[in-house]
Amino acid sequence: MNVIEVQGLHKTYADTKAVDGIDLTIAQGEIFALLGPNGAGKTTTVEILEGFRKADSGSISVLGFDPSQRGAQSRMWRNRIGIVLQSTADAGDLSVEETISHFAKYYSAPRDVDEVINSVGLDEKRGALIRTLSGGQRRRLDVALGIIGSPELLFLDEPTTGFDPEARRAFWSLIESLRKGGTTILLTTHYLDEAEALADRVAVITRGKILEVSTPTQLGGRATAKARVQWKSDGVMQEEFTDNPTDVVKRLSAQFPGEVPELQVLRPSLEDIYLSMIGEKR
Amino acid sequence: MSQKKSLPTTIALGVARGGLEIRQFMRQRESVVFTLAFPIILLAIFGSVFKTTLAEGVTFSQYFVAGMIASGLVNTGFQQLAITIPMEREFGSLKRLRGTPMHVASYFIGKSLLVLVSMAIQVVLLLAGGMIFFGVQLPSDPYKWLTFTWLIVLGSAASTALGIAFSSVPKSGRGASAVVSPVVIILQFFSGVFFVFTDLPGWMQQVAAIFPLKWMTQGMRSVFLPDSFALREVAGTWETERTFLILMAWLVAGIFLAIRTFKWSRD
Repeated sequence: MNVIEVQGLHKTYADTKAVDGIDLTIAQGEIFALLGPNGAGKTTTVEILEGFRKADSGSISVLGFDPSQRGAQSRMWRNRIGIVLQSTADAGDLSVEETISHFAKYYSAPRDVDEVINSVGLDEKRGALIRTLSGGQRRRLDVALGIIGSPELLFLDEPTTGFDPEARRAFWSLIESLRKGGTTILLTTHYLDEAEALADRVAVITRGKILEVSTPTQLGGRATAKARVQWKSDGVMQEEFTDNPTDVVKRLSAQFPGEVPELQVLRPSLEDIYLSMIGEKR
Repeated sequence: MSQKKSLPTTIALGVARGGLEIRQFMRQRESVVFTLAFPIILLAIFGSVFKTTLAEGVTFSQYFVAGMIASGLVNTGFQQLAITIPMEREFGSLKRLRGTPMHVASYFIGKSLLVLVSMAIQVVLLLAGGMIFFGVQLPSDPYKWLTFTWLIVLGSAASTALGIAFSSVPKSGRGASAVVSPVVIILQFFSGVFFVFTDLPGWMQQVAAIFPLKWMTQGMRSVFLPDSFALREVAGTWETERTFLILMAWLVAGIFLAIRTFKWSRD
């Protein structure tokens, strides 16, 4: 079953085509990442799917529902989704626990408040007022509010911006546990390593169009791209592009008496592929 | 599955939101002091400056208390909401609420309860302070207390609805206070809060009569001043029924505008 189905999505602001014909299919239980530079149309696309904006044209189904509709039906639909917006800065005079248990009241079958606080790693801060939290802790609270309603579909808009590496890893394992619970997740991110670590599939968007949808390992022909072998010879860095890096390494190890100086075999990272993809279209 | 169970009712969530709003409000010390104690400070200033007696048994303080309670309705409802809601909008907290199954009416109910409760606290403080320090007399007629009660409830509700409606006017959270405060202050001068209404120029009285504050003030005078003073009103009576109808009309208009113009986010 597909959780999200989008066809021919268009949205124009004044004379800018923010979204210019996007098709998208996301299956149940999938973690799908939208990648793209700022202004590529990521946020507009996601906000249309979240029901915050109306598309100019296109057919949209999110959990079998048109997000632009209003009324009681729409509230039942919202009961099944969770949204983590890009940034929310509340006045902050409530504690973490008060805020989360209040939001739990909005849903028909909320998750356990203590369990959610624990899963985002805010145990020690449960009684702290929001305004005393660090940026990363606030972001984790945002995520807690996104998942408190036990959503079938979760939208995460740049969830780890401002996290330190440790917090990012902790966040990734939280997402992994949601995946195990069967939650479908649509993620937008600037971090290619994050998309690689989490996403089953990624889509690259520039100028309102999708360039490619693929798995992180295969995007842009990454799986079949040449490997780069680097080493140092007579004090100068050498490199060779090859389809058979093992042969090159064998040859080098025969050539040098001991260790090959500064030997490295490099495959293009997702970031290399991504940058070359959006570079072409700029 | 989750979608089979029904959602909590709009009213239950509205009450929960009210509780949350009140807790949040009480933790903002500056705004608590400003909203709740400011009327007493004003009463202290005016009560000390104007020691005149307006009529038999009517001190300026007695007259002024009626005006302060009425303008409390406008301050705690209209002014407060028209300033804080644009900030909530700017911070993104409204957009986050929009993403939940909560009905917008629950948000409105929460705000109404916040206004009603802070109004109640303010009235108790103002009357207690007025009695102890400025010899303000409370009415003994139960009918006057009935009038007082519906004025507070209806006035708070209308003021809340109009505040929510007006919250769409300021373009930014930071600029909101500069847009809203002058409106309120001018209205207070025109509506006879700081001066005896009938001493104001006729055109000012006529402008004021369009807006609810004049009627709230006059209604409160009917509660706190002796009935003989009604002769000194513009119409020569308290015009209680008319006050009720005009406030009702503002409430309905306010609710209509609030629903029509309410925006969850800035764009």
